[in-house]
Amino acid sequence: MSTAAEPAAPRPAFKPAPPTPYQVMMREDRPSGVFLTVLAIVTLLVPILHLAVPEGHVLHLSGYTVTLIGKYMCYALLAVAVDLIWGYCGILSLGHTAFFALGGYAMGMYLMRQIGTRGVYGDPVLPDFMVFLNWKELPWFWHGMDVFPFAMLMVLFAPGLLAGVFGWLAFRSRVTGVYLSIITQALTYALLLAFFRNEMGFGGNNGLTDFKDLLGFDLKHPETRIVLFMATAVALGAGYFTCRAIVRSRFGRVVQAIRDAESRARFIGYRVENYKLWLFTFSAMLAGVAGALYVPQVGIINPGEFAPINSIEVVIWVAVGGRGTLYGAVVGAIMVNYAKTVMTDALPDAWLYVLGALFVVVTLFLPRGVVGLLPDLKHKLQTLRQRRARAIST
Amino acid sequence: MFCLQAGAAMAQAAAGHEFDTAVAALPTASYLEKEELAGRIARSAHPQALTLLRGWLDGKLHADAAGHAYLEGEGGYTDALSGAAATPASPDELEKIGTNNRLRKALKGLLAQFGLASAEPGMRIEAVREMRRELDESAVAALQARLPQETDAAVKHEIELALALAGLASEEPAQRLAAIASLDGDRSTEVYNRLSRMASGDEADADAAVRNAAGAAVRSIDSWRSFYQGVETLFFGLSLGSVLVLAAIGLAITFGVMGVINMAHGELIMLGAYTAYVMQLLMPQNTGLALLLSIPAAFLVSGAFGVAIERVIVRHLYGRPLETLLATFGLSLVLQQLVRSIFSANNRPVAIPEFMSGVWQINDVFSITYNRLYILIFALMVFALLLGVLKRTSLGLKVRAVSQNRGMAKAMGVRTDWVDAATFGLGAGIAGIAGVALSQLTNVGPNLGQAYIIDSFMVVVFGGVGNLWGTLIGGMALGVVNKLLEPYAGAVLAKILVLVALILFIQRKPRGLFPQKGRAAEGH
Repeated sequence: MSTAAEPAAPRPAFKPAPPTPYQVMMREDRPSGVFLTVLAIVTLLVPILHLAVPEGHVLHLSGYTVTLIGKYMCYALLAVAVDLIWGYCGILSLGHTAFFALGGYAMGMYLMRQIGTRGVYGDPVLPDFMVFLNWKELPWFWHGMDVFPFAMLMVLFAPGLLAGVFGWLAFRSRVTGVYLSIITQALTYALLLAFFRNEMGFGGNNGLTDFKDLLGFDLKHPETRIVLFMATAVALGAGYFTCRAIVRSRFGRVVQAIRDAESRARFIGYRVENYKLWLFTFSAMLAGVAGALYVPQVGIINPGEFAPINSIEVVIWVAVGGRGTLYGAVVGAIMVNYAKTVMTDALPDAWLYVLGALFVVVTLFLPRGVVGLLPDLKHKLQTLRQRRARAIST
Repeated sequence: MFCLQAGAAMAQAAAGHEFDTAVAALPTASYLEKEELAGRIARSAHPQALTLLRGWLDGKLHADAAGHAYLEGEGGYTDALSGAAATPASPDELEKIGTNNRLRKALKGLLAQFGLASAEPGMRIEAVREMRRELDESAVAALQARLPQETDAAVKHEIELALALAGLASEEPAQRLAAIASLDGDRSTEVYNRLSRMASGDEADADAAVRNAAGAAVRSIDSWRSFYQGVETLFFGLSLGSVLVLAAIGLAITFGVMGVINMAHGELIMLGAYTAYVMQLLMPQNTGLALLLSIPAAFLVSGAFGVAIERVIVRHLYGRPLETLLATFGLSLVLQQLVRSIFSANNRPVAIPEFMSGVWQINDVFSITYNRLYILIFALMVFALLLGVLKRTSLGLKVRAVSQNRGMAKAMGVRTDWVDAATFGLGAGIAGIAGVALSQLTNVGPNLGQAYIIDSFMVVVFGGVGNLWGTLIGGMALGVVNKLLEPYAGAVLAKILVLVALILFIQRKPRGLFPQKGRAAEGH
């Protein structure tokens, strides 16, 4: 912009190279730049440490650790999806793991169909649990799930459809705030109950498991796991980048206006419900992708993923990290889940105390989360210094 | 052991009891002698005589080598003389005291007369019912003989019923028709089964007129039965509704009146249930009194927790509902884990006192369990009490004033922070009372509260926030709808359908069934 204002300036002898997009990002949005850089380094380093470094070496990463990091990245993507709607649009969804689980189930159905005759009952078409339930035919919604592109389409479509219908109903009738939170919770609770039923055709209580391979690659192979890991990292990076682009766009500005003053945005003439609906549906699809990447890495999907408490946990990741920043969601998801992994191993009884205390402490004392701590401290120091300077000068 | 029992039997026989000597003589007697002995047993009017004769007739009477008699029951052997549980020394060597046709007939007759002649109307009814199982000529004759002498109306009714049932088996179509006509108005399951067999199916009556009459009678009983089944479903629905109302009514105060989202509400219910458990531990001899005392105790425990929650957490978050939701949710996790640490993760048994257990059998189709009935009444009492507190006391006046216009209430000298704490404590205390009631219906465990939190919020939102009557009607309606759907959809699907219907309902009417109007609505 400044270049347009100085046409008369003497032409410099030497023109500096225009800044690369990376440099722009590092200058304008340093945290995002740092996050994407770290993500890129991790994506490249983990495969090397896992595959190239021999086992037993200090720097060797075990398959367990790789899967664990992959899992955290799925959670981070889910947290980014929640932050997008909660942090930027004020929609507190207490049912976002429903979309995560739906994406996971779509992927699980594909993996189930890939088992083929290697199942316990060896039926070429029907998954084991259907043979066990004495079903003769594949239910209609299982058709086509053996085709990978179609299954991936379903990963996006199933959560997107649910979010679209639910959001269309809810936002149009202006259900907001706590009411919306409670009905999203009821939604995931209803799905939890439904998926527990054997008659639903999703494996009931046990869910879907015993997966063998993905696109012909054995899921137990280290190389397959690394590819899955890298796919997750790429999805997280791309998802993050897309969300960042959305919130920085004109659309994103309107969404933030809706968060801050919904009625005012409506009176200015924006169709608030449409903005909310698009954002909510996109966020649900993102959650679905996270779920689809999660399932082949952990090897199981069952109705427990729908439990309302899981959704609320996602919200606390975002709150701990700092809502409305996107990178805060990533930081929160990884921090809380790392703490959970360590704590449930060392002190299983204490974990719920810690998690509960986190909820209380973060809402009472850390409204801007962990990533807000540093700027807040800086700000406090600055005002303190200014005050002292003023005190000295007078 | 064996010698001891044989000796005891002989000692009693020596005492000269008619009953004992007759029984002792049975194993060695001939059939003719047995008939005579059976008569003596019946005339002895010994309390065991009826059981013994009946067992004998069914081929359940055995004797060991020493001549001691045992009755074979479902759970093992009993001493034929005393009726007490007894173990024969060698069950394999027992020999059945046999009967022949003639003797069986005599026994039946004796049994009938024996029962019919009893001075107790209850015993007589028992005898008639027993005879109804197998109505042969001798039984009919005995009943017909008894009918004119009978004075007790209930026994008379039973005899008439038995005679009518016998008439159904008559050779003459006219007599069968008459029997069906005389059965008009009787709706017991026994008559129903018998008539429906006659009306259609493999054993349908040969005579068309009789079939039609039986069919008409069955239809009339059918409509009566479906009416009472409907009443039963309604009762189950109201019972479920009363549980929902109890769970939700505390929330109707904290969420509805104060506008505070308390996700730890379910855990306050759980604390109430555990209070009932602890009270029973303190008073193991008197579970009934412990239960009654745990009502105020649970109110105090949960209420104290509620006041503490309000003072420490909720107070700082007024006007920030989403943050309140998260903070109180965290608290609910802590409370669950606390209970797990103290009482273990397993369910704790809370005994149901005597006055709460049992069934009130209204008729063959419809019965009510007392615990559900009392909890329904209890829920209504709690509701009435709460309504009274809010509408008729100075605290209630202040609560309503603060919820409608905080600033104005403060200006009028109401100590709003004190009122906030008291209101929250009241809602929490009511949750504790609900927990005591729930301890009588479900398992008491750390997850008790979680099961009710979503339902409770749904009831409050459905009924209309800030409206106690809405909560009552909403809860009852949800309970009844749930139970109405259950026969068609199954329990889980019914619950899912209700949840989905609720989600859709809230979209249509975000302010619930009975939205607040006027000044009260402005507070929110």
